[in-house]
Amino acid sequence: MSVTTTQTITETPTFVEAPLDGRVPSGPIETLWERTKFEMKLVNPSNRRKFKIIIVGSGLAGASAAATLGEQGYNIECYCYQDSPRRAHSVAAQGGINAAKNYRNDGDSVYRLFYDTVKGGDFRAREANVYRLAEVSNAIIDQCVAQGVPFAREYGGMLDNRSFGGAQVSRTFYARGQTGQQLLLGAYQALARQIAAGTVKMFTRTEMLDLIVVNGRARGIVVRDMRTGEITPRLADVVVLATGGYSNVFYLSTNAKGCNGTAIWRAYKRGAYFANPCFTQIHPTCIPPVGEHQSKLTLMSESLRNDGRIWVPRQPGDTRPPEQIPENERYYYLEEMYPSYGNLSPRDISSRAAKRMVDSGRGVGPLRNGVYLDFADAIKRLGEKVIRDRYGNLFDMYENITGENAYKTPMRIYPAPHYTMGGLWVDYYLMSNIPGLFVIGEANFSDHGANRLGASALMQGLADGYFILPATLPNYIASTKLEKVTEDADAVKEAVDNVKRITERLMNVKGEKSVDHYHRELGKIMWEYCGMSRTAEGLQKALQLIPELEAEFWENVRVTGSANELNQELEKAGRLVDYFELGKLMCLDALNRNESCGGHFREEYQTPDGEALRNDEEYAYVAAWQYAGDDAMPILHKEPLKFEYVKLTTRSYK
Amino acid sequence: MRLKLRIWRQKNAQSEGRFVEYNLDGVSEDSSFLEMLDLLNQQLIDRNEEPVHFDHDCREGICGMCGLMINGIAHGPKAAVTTCQLHMREFKDGDTITIEPWRAKAFPVIKDLVVDRSAFDRIIQAGGYISVSTGQAPDANVIPVPKTQADRAMDAAACIGCGACVAACPNGSAMLFTAAKLAHLNSLPQGQPERYDRAVLMVNQMDAEGFGGCTNIGECEAVCPKEISLDFIAMMNRDLLVANLLGKGKR
Repeated sequence: MSVTTTQTITETPTFVEAPLDGRVPSGPIETLWERTKFEMKLVNPSNRRKFKIIIVGSGLAGASAAATLGEQGYNIECYCYQDSPRRAHSVAAQGGINAAKNYRNDGDSVYRLFYDTVKGGDFRAREANVYRLAEVSNAIIDQCVAQGVPFAREYGGMLDNRSFGGAQVSRTFYARGQTGQQLLLGAYQALARQIAAGTVKMFTRTEMLDLIVVNGRARGIVVRDMRTGEITPRLADVVVLATGGYSNVFYLSTNAKGCNGTAIWRAYKRGAYFANPCFTQIHPTCIPPVGEHQSKLTLMSESLRNDGRIWVPRQPGDTRPPEQIPENERYYYLEEMYPSYGNLSPRDISSRAAKRMVDSGRGVGPLRNGVYLDFADAIKRLGEKVIRDRYGNLFDMYENITGENAYKTPMRIYPAPHYTMGGLWVDYYLMSNIPGLFVIGEANFSDHGANRLGASALMQGLADGYFILPATLPNYIASTKLEKVTEDADAVKEAVDNVKRITERLMNVKGEKSVDHYHRELGKIMWEYCGMSRTAEGLQKALQLIPELEAEFWENVRVTGSANELNQELEKAGRLVDYFELGKLMCLDALNRNESCGGHFREEYQTPDGEALRNDEEYAYVAAWQYAGDDAMPILHKEPLKFEYVKLTTRSYK
Repeated sequence: MRLKLRIWRQKNAQSEGRFVEYNLDGVSEDSSFLEMLDLLNQQLIDRNEEPVHFDHDCREGICGMCGLMINGIAHGPKAAVTTCQLHMREFKDGDTITIEPWRAKAFPVIKDLVVDRSAFDRIIQAGGYISVSTGQAPDANVIPVPKTQADRAMDAAACIGCGACVAACPNGSAMLFTAAKLAHLNSLPQGQPERYDRAVLMVNQMDAEGFGGCTNIGECEAVCPKEISLDFIAMMNRDLLVANLLGKGKR
């Protein structure tokens, strides 16, 4: 092996002394949102149609926001890259959506959901936001049922619930293994109703490639029509980004192939702060990769952990097939290590435990890169029919992909990138530091802190879109004087030119290697050094490797076809350009955060038994990064986190 | 595996398309059908040719974006899967595979294997929803929904809007798609107030988009990756009949 000297990143990021203000109103948390709703300004119903709002993204957050603001009477334009808003990746969420209904009478409450979420996020979320999320969770279920979302029912006709990781109550509502699909269709249908009513104009196969900022306010976007290649500005009074997460920076993830960080990244480059980029969620139950041709990883819902038991051979290097390994030679490691939560331990903890098992030579499957998720006991206890009713579609999907029948032999699973808690920084009103730019759903840095609990992403997307944004956005309009902006404004022309310049530059490299080649290579670097566990040394190495790869990309990438037609290579190339830059910021953020918390695990900071070791003295803050130029270190703003309700404790699931 | 691929190439909606033959070597049995096309595209890019364009997104069988006619069967030879969930172990070494886009009057080709399915969105916009604005909902458990009814609604709601039903139908009919949405909403108590209007409005839109009529051939059900039942079409026809008797569907 050749030895390369790793250049140490000695330059520490400049940080701004003045704390970043999340604009959380003061007062008791239980009544904060009610009071804020009253104190915010309103827009008269007859004036609403005069205000144009651009919403980018049509997943749970985007579609629900577009529909609700349309119902209120605003003039909405909604954009998505897919051929229909119904395809947004929220559709793929399997397991369920949390709410504090306490229909089980098992001790749940708004306060408990709030508590579990703050604790589950390893104390790196803003308390007031999380409380509000828990508070509106019940109204989401009501709204979805009224729309006709076919949630699972009991024989008496009442709604059913199941359990998810990180909670000791059953608060998860579900629609078979297709909860995300059904919730999205509910929001999509509400959106369709507004499109028919003329309040929402929908633009499909249209990608946002820049943010237009005029006199310090977000006033529009630049889009590319993916069918014709036409690049045009779209102006508005307010811009809302609901463009999801950036797990595809790892190349292999459970995200849809088209999911990308371009909208939020280009907003970052226009001045929006990017918060906690290193907080990424590696989901414990995905199908392990099988080879080089792998284009994505497939999630097996966390709900499977209600009935499946996770184990590996106790003896490292044991290659016997699972049925030949006797009970006493099986290591049910989650049940042994975390007896009170067992197989339903939170995602970050379960993922790291799986990695430890595989790293210690206990991995299973042909590539020894998985752990077993075994349903034999549940099938013995409940019968195959019950298991088929609960998870039939997941077992079918598993068989399609692996060729194995999980009713007969245990599933093999391994962690994979799944969700990003990091995202654009927003205040209590879901507005970024750029006035007029709101960010909702996974795209913002959100309410999940350093780790998201299962069934909370759907809850947050819909809370933002149905209830929170439609209350806070009008307040901005009502309290702001918005001057008229036209397409000949310099800022508009500059943004359009910027997009054209990037496009031309990509088309003109005319090198030899494909976009996917570089994306795979970037993914390997990110997974190796900024994945499930991280070290200062590894992160510094990544910060050296990424710019090298990026430079090679700009020298040698080949984008076939032309820019004036449907060109999937060009689309991918544009997204990858942003992933290079975002990947560097993720590593920088991970390097800056000298602690382990939630999904961010720095090997240097762990307890003797390998658990995450937080450093609340120094790092109980949101790290919000400000762009300072392509060649300059970004500037760090810190929003201090105060925990007045949920006491800062070591998170234990033992 | 070694394969011979016959793929429909078409530069854009205006130009004429044609089949082009490709030989592809080194395909893993464990790869998905779309990963096989990724491999082909990688080789085309290496040769400085334009890769084959096809729609895809989630690659886990739920978004409904992918859809190819494979040897004349929508989504290929395996029942109840989307193209992205079809794996190469369903094929043999040396096979010739013909790959075409969905072909239907209402789904014009955009490029190669990519078609425009926006007609489906317009059918939903015509009435495929329950008119309840955010904030109007009562408590979720106020209206009990018997489990069997909720399950039937879910069976219908499982439709992913991929368009395989239309592509498989000799008439290019969108009856199964439209009926699935009607059955989903019309099976539930929440859907009753607009039940008959919804049936008329959605069917009228379906006709206006240029989809054909149903002659009970059943190809749609056979290829549906979500196994949506033909029975829903009967339910739609019943609702449509009642709606006409009641003079519904005028808004």
